[in-house]
Amino acid sequence: MAAGAASWSFTEDDYSAITDSLQRFLGESNARCALLVDRAGQLVATVGEPPNFDPTAFATLTAADFSANDQLAKLIGENDFNSLFHQGEKESMYLADIARRVILVVLFDNRTTLGLVRLKMKTTVEELNHLFTAVFERARDARHSQTGLLAGAEDEIDKMFQ
Amino acid sequence: MSMINYASKEINCKIVYYGPGLGGKTTNLEVVYGKVTPDTRGKLISLATETERTLFFDFLPVDLGQIRGFKTRFHLYTVPGQVYYNASRKLILKGVDGIVFVGDSQVERMEANQEAMQNLYDNMAEYGYDLTKMPFVIQYNKRDLPNAAPIKELQASMNPGWEVTEPEKQKVTPDPNHPGENLIEQLPTGEWIERAPYFEAVAVTGEGVFETLRGISKAVLKALS
Repeated sequence: MAAGAASWSFTEDDYSAITDSLQRFLGESNARCALLVDRAGQLVATVGEPPNFDPTAFATLTAADFSANDQLAKLIGENDFNSLFHQGEKESMYLADIARRVILVVLFDNRTTLGLVRLKMKTTVEELNHLFTAVFERARDARHSQTGLLAGAEDEIDKMFQ
Repeated sequence: MSMINYASKEINCKIVYYGPGLGGKTTNLEVVYGKVTPDTRGKLISLATETERTLFFDFLPVDLGQIRGFKTRFHLYTVPGQVYYNASRKLILKGVDGIVFVGDSQVERMEANQEAMQNLYDNMAEYGYDLTKMPFVIQYNKRDLPNAAPIKELQASMNPGWEVTEPEKQKVTPDPNHPGENLIEQLPTGEWIERAPYFEAVAVTGEGVFETLRGISKAVLKALS
C-alpha cells in the first residue's frame, strides 16, 4: 500500500507549454479565461482575462464539484463524466478531465457559443493530456531517484517552525 | 498530493481535519483564520447546512513561510462530522498530504471518536493510503470541560499505537511535546509500537490550535524532504 498521495511538480518549460496551448485555445474559441486545477483542489495555471474572483477558492470548489460528479456517475453506472457544463445567464463554464489528474475549466460568455468552445477544446484536451502524462511519468521516476526539492532541508524546516 | 510549482515558486500541500461531529474541526479553521495576518491567508469557504453542520467541507488556504525560496502554502480542509455524509468525507481525502484527527475529550463521546477513527482508516485504505505511514497527528479537544476524560484513557482508546516492523525504526523515540513519553517504544511483550503525536486543545479559545497546525505542517514538509 502506498504511504500517501504522491507529490508532483512541473517546471517552467512545462508551464510555458501548458500556457501556450491554452492561449491558442482561447484565441480560437473566443472564451474569456481558462484555469487548470489539480484533483486535490490546487490551482495549476490561469490563462486569459484575469478572473475577478478568488482563484484559490474557485480551484477548491472545482475539484469538489468534479469529485462529486464522479461519484454521481458511478451511482448511475458510468465510470466518470469526463466533462461538465454549467450554464449561467451571462457566464458559463465548461470543465474537462485531463489525464485523470487535472481539470481544465473554461469560462466563457455570449461572445462565443458552447458548440465552438466544445469543438476547440477537443484538440486542447488532447495536447494537455499528452503534456500532463509526461509530467506525471517524470514525477514517478523522480520518486525512485529520491532527489526532492526539500532533500536535506530538515534543519531549515525545524527553524521555520521555531 | 503535494504540488511543487517551479514557475510560481510554490509548494502546495493539503491537510485534512477529520473527526466526530461537533468535535471542533471547523472551530480549528476559524481560529486559524481569525489569528493569522490577512495577507498570509485566503478566504474561509464553508459548505454548511442551515444549522451550521458542515455539509461538504470547510476550506482555508494559509501561507506558513518560505523554504529554499519557495512559498509553502497549506490548504486546510475539514470533513463533515456526521456519518451520513460519508460519501463527501471520502472525497475530501483525495490527494491528502497530512491528517489531523480532532478527537472530542468528553467521556460521552468516546464511542463517536472511535467510530470516526475507524472510518478514517477505512476511507484512507480505499484510496490505497496507509495512515500509519504518512503525516498524522491527533488533537484532543475540549480539555477544559469537566467531563473530559484523562489523556491516558484517550490515548488508549484512539492512539494505542501500531506495530513497527522495520528494524531500522525500532528505537526509542521520545515525544518532543510531552517529556517522559515516547512516540516509538517497546512494550513489555517485546513488540515495538509507534503512536501518532498528540496535542491538547481548547479550540474555542484558540489554545492548542497553532501547536497542532505547526505539528502537522512540519511533518508534511519533512515527509517531502
